Amino acid sequence: MPPGPVRFDVHPDTYRHWSLEIEGSVARLMLDVDEQGGLVPGYELKLNSYDLGVDIELYDALQRIRFEHPGVKAVVIGSAKDKVFCAGANIRMLAQSSHAWKVNFCKFTNETRNGMEDASAHSGLAFLAAVNGTAAGGGYELALACDEILLVDDGSSAVSLPEVPLLGVLPGTGGLVRVVDKRGVRKDLADVFATRADGVRGRTALDWGLVDEAVPRSRFAETVAQRAREAAERSPRPTDDGTEGVVLKPLVRSEGPDGIAYTHVAVVLDRAARTATITVAGPGAPPPDSPEAAVREGAGFWPLAMTRELDDAILHLRTNENTLGTWILKTAGDSDQVAAYDAFLSAHEGHWLIDETRHYLKRTLKRLDVTSRTLIALLEPGSCFAGPLLELALAADRQYMLDGVFEEEQDEQDGDAQPARLRMTAANFGAYPMGNGRTRLQSRFHGAPEHPDLLADHAGKDLAAAEALALGLVTFAPDDIDYADEVRLALEERAALSPDALTGMEANHRFTGPETPETKIFGRLSAWQNWIFNRPNAAGPEGALRSYGTGRRADFDTERV
Amino acid sequence: MGTIDYTGRIPNNVDLAGDRRLQRALESWQPKFLAWWAEMGPALPTRDVYLRTAVSVGREGWAHFGHVALPEYRWGIFLSERSPDRAIGFGRHKGEPVWQQVPGEHRSDLQRLIVVQGDTEPASVEQQRHLGATAPSLYDLRNLFQVNVEEGRHLWAMVYLLHAYFGRDGREEAEALLLRNSGSEDAPRILGAFNEPTPDWLAFFMFTYFTDRDGKYQLGTLKESAFDPLARTCDFMLKEEAHHMMVGTTGVDRVVARTAELMREHDTDDIARYGGIPLGVLQRYLNFHYSVSLDLFGSETSTNVANYFTNGLKGRWQEDRRKDDHVLAEGHTAVETVADGRITAVETPLLVALNQDLRTEYTADCGSGVTRWNRILAEYGIGERLLLPHHGFNRAVGAYAGHRIAPDGTVLDAEQWAAGVPQWLPSDDDMAFVASLMQPVYEPGRVASWIAPPKQGIDGRPFAYEYVHLV
Repeated sequence: MPPGPVRFDVHPDTYRHWSLEIEGSVARLMLDVDEQGGLVPGYELKLNSYDLGVDIELYDALQRIRFEHPGVKAVVIGSAKDKVFCAGANIRMLAQSSHAWKVNFCKFTNETRNGMEDASAHSGLAFLAAVNGTAAGGGYELALACDEILLVDDGSSAVSLPEVPLLGVLPGTGGLVRVVDKRGVRKDLADVFATRADGVRGRTALDWGLVDEAVPRSRFAETVAQRAREAAERSPRPTDDGTEGVVLKPLVRSEGPDGIAYTHVAVVLDRAARTATITVAGPGAPPPDSPEAAVREGAGFWPLAMTRELDDAILHLRTNENTLGTWILKTAGDSDQVAAYDAFLSAHEGHWLIDETRHYLKRTLKRLDVTSRTLIALLEPGSCFAGPLLELALAADRQYMLDGVFEEEQDEQDGDAQPARLRMTAANFGAYPMGNGRTRLQSRFHGAPEHPDLLADHAGKDLAAAEALALGLVTFAPDDIDYADEVRLALEERAALSPDALTGMEANHRFTGPETPETKIFGRLSAWQNWIFNRPNAAGPEGALRSYGTGRRADFDTERV
Repeated sequence: MGTIDYTGRIPNNVDLAGDRRLQRALESWQPKFLAWWAEMGPALPTRDVYLRTAVSVGREGWAHFGHVALPEYRWGIFLSERSPDRAIGFGRHKGEPVWQQVPGEHRSDLQRLIVVQGDTEPASVEQQRHLGATAPSLYDLRNLFQVNVEEGRHLWAMVYLLHAYFGRDGREEAEALLLRNSGSEDAPRILGAFNEPTPDWLAFFMFTYFTDRDGKYQLGTLKESAFDPLARTCDFMLKEEAHHMMVGTTGVDRVVARTAELMREHDTDDIARYGGIPLGVLQRYLNFHYSVSLDLFGSETSTNVANYFTNGLKGRWQEDRRKDDHVLAEGHTAVETVADGRITAVETPLLVALNQDLRTEYTADCGSGVTRWNRILAEYGIGERLLLPHHGFNRAVGAYAGHRIAPDGTVLDAEQWAAGVPQWLPSDDDMAFVASLMQPVYEPGRVASWIAPPKQGIDGRPFAYEYVHLV
């Protein structure tokens, strides 16, 4: 574990492991890992191997390309080290990390790679992996997340997934799924590939579909540049080279022992109850007049600012607050304003900033879906669960909505207190799909596929607790007399259950219906990798992960489970 | 709100008038309770009954006597006074302050314990609803109704806990307590003994002695609970339960005395022809009621009960008098079981043997009743004695279920069992005979032929007092 909390705010000026160069419509993101720059003492990041710190910079770079450099249309991911592209996640780091740390690390790296594919699919950004040398394990998986893989054909550079033969674990960043699902490599060849520690080189890699091009060393740089130009030209990104971006200014955050306050998001920690309450505030003013005005608002544009803060809060809690097992999701503000922003975002679909903002919120909501914490949404008077913010409640495992008003508030406000309402908008019917490709409403009503259509008739209306309950949008709607106790009991009850069983149960319930490569990656990771990570064959004193690099051979329990 | 005059109609010490949640819950529940009472409560029409009503928990308040029309009985809600320093006495929370709220972790277990306890209370009212038609005296009739209204109040006590601490789920469970009915095909009471009929007054006295005594022991374990409102509720209920015990104990006393008197007067065991109940019939009734009551203690070994103990939900009988660590993580005890045709003892961890522990306390208590009745027989110079059968006799629950154990503890085969049953359990003839004796006696100061009059009346009144005014 690192000595202090892990921070996710970094800036290209201070990257230790990456460099980001922009030239016209092409960005070059070059990996040059500082061996001594590990986030935690105890390992050296040799051969461009990475840890969470390296990946935090990659995530930051990708966000900046999308928001600060809208003119970029192709991104080359390469290495600044000779004959080494990337050796994947650092093995010593993995061997010394707690299980929880490994899982959270893999989750974040997966989200980052999924984010690259999201940019390919929705932002017109083409990613090219310039594999100039060895790409092993997570290194090849990084390449797999790109649209095109160019491998230097020098007779020695190979792509490989050596986790199974060398470490007795699985590639943890979607490698197995992407080889067969995304690249369509035949499964028997994939089997050979994933059990061959030294991987596959040049022509064979091309023939098997593991790379898109095998390029002689002498022509490598030139070919990469050429392919990047071509990809940029094909890009549908609706911007010119010179389009001005939005600078992602450092987040403003005030932290105390009991929580974190951002501008639009507040996190309150209750260590005794082991909960974190995340309250997202709606906008304080109407949306700008035009997308151009939104660009001028920059990082202060409410949907972007709120999403960045929420994103940071999620990452912070996931990485630094492992024992706060339940997150309580709340909102505060004016549903009309949220709906106005939602309408603004819908009306200007196609504008690069508007699209990027929505995709960012979509990715952030997806983070909630794969978060191994119980999520409980509390819909109370003064909340603004409308449209995009309603997705927070729909992402939760349960929703408690106060029926009526709190008696105390009623007294204070001389009988004028307004009950909680929620409001569906078009946003809830497609703008923010989950990793399974379906809306949260579709996932929720998997057993009643026609129900979301019926719900669409209620879009735009404020729904009080009784209606929301009748429509199946909330789990329970206790009134003032019961509310506080019901919520307290539910939270206490939850806190007493096995955290592991809850993680598994919640993941099962959240992802209904069909699978996508994305859900497979997370599902496989949590089901198989986590099991393998905990087995003596990997993690025991004689296990493969522990004996790697010691010269000893792993001693396996040969029983197949 | 405000359709009910809370303090007037429902005596209580839980600030009902100031508790919106309780008021709302009771507004819906109280009419349903009254409807249930009208439908399932005592069938015999009466004008009024000389009853004890608890109007407060203090010395003078808990026993307030007067003639009351039954439907107007004021069922109240009382908890023993709170002792501010009370600490949890056992389990993994031992020494911590008791809980004034239900911890979410234990919500469902506590709710279940309260529902099971609550379900027994109205059940016996249902089982006894026709007994008024054959009461042996007005005094007994009054005692029957007193037991009935008190069971009703105990139902209220459990319903209070469900309403006050368990939210919507609690309200639904409270309602379900009125929907299940003793002996019902579709929705029976939860525990077996509470679906057995109570066909006659001998069965009633045996029930109040043996089955209500199980209730006393269950309440005794809940009185130890870390959930303070439950503990205080049960503590006060135990006070009232003592009256039921008195009805059962003296009821059987009086039957035994009358039987002994007739045996001596006519110098024969065969007193049936003189309107008495022969000792053999008494013994068979005793065997039956004792054995079905033992089943209420559940299986000898129970991991549920071990969890209840460890979590502080349910303690042992007189937990504070036990000389051990009150955690019981270590230690074993012998639990009897039947193997290879013999009763043998198996070393079992103390924690999972808590049902046996409670049952053993109960058995000792039942034994003192038998001793008392035998003393009466001795006083009349009768040589025969009543016996408490072996705890494995006629069991349907626990280690002895599926085995055939004679009253003396011998393990039998099917044939031996079938041959013994007519001597050991009430036969149809026994019950028909007892039923034939059940002729009502409603004249003040008179009593049926099969039972002696009580030694004293109620609340200092004479036996001949007109305890009940019939319609």
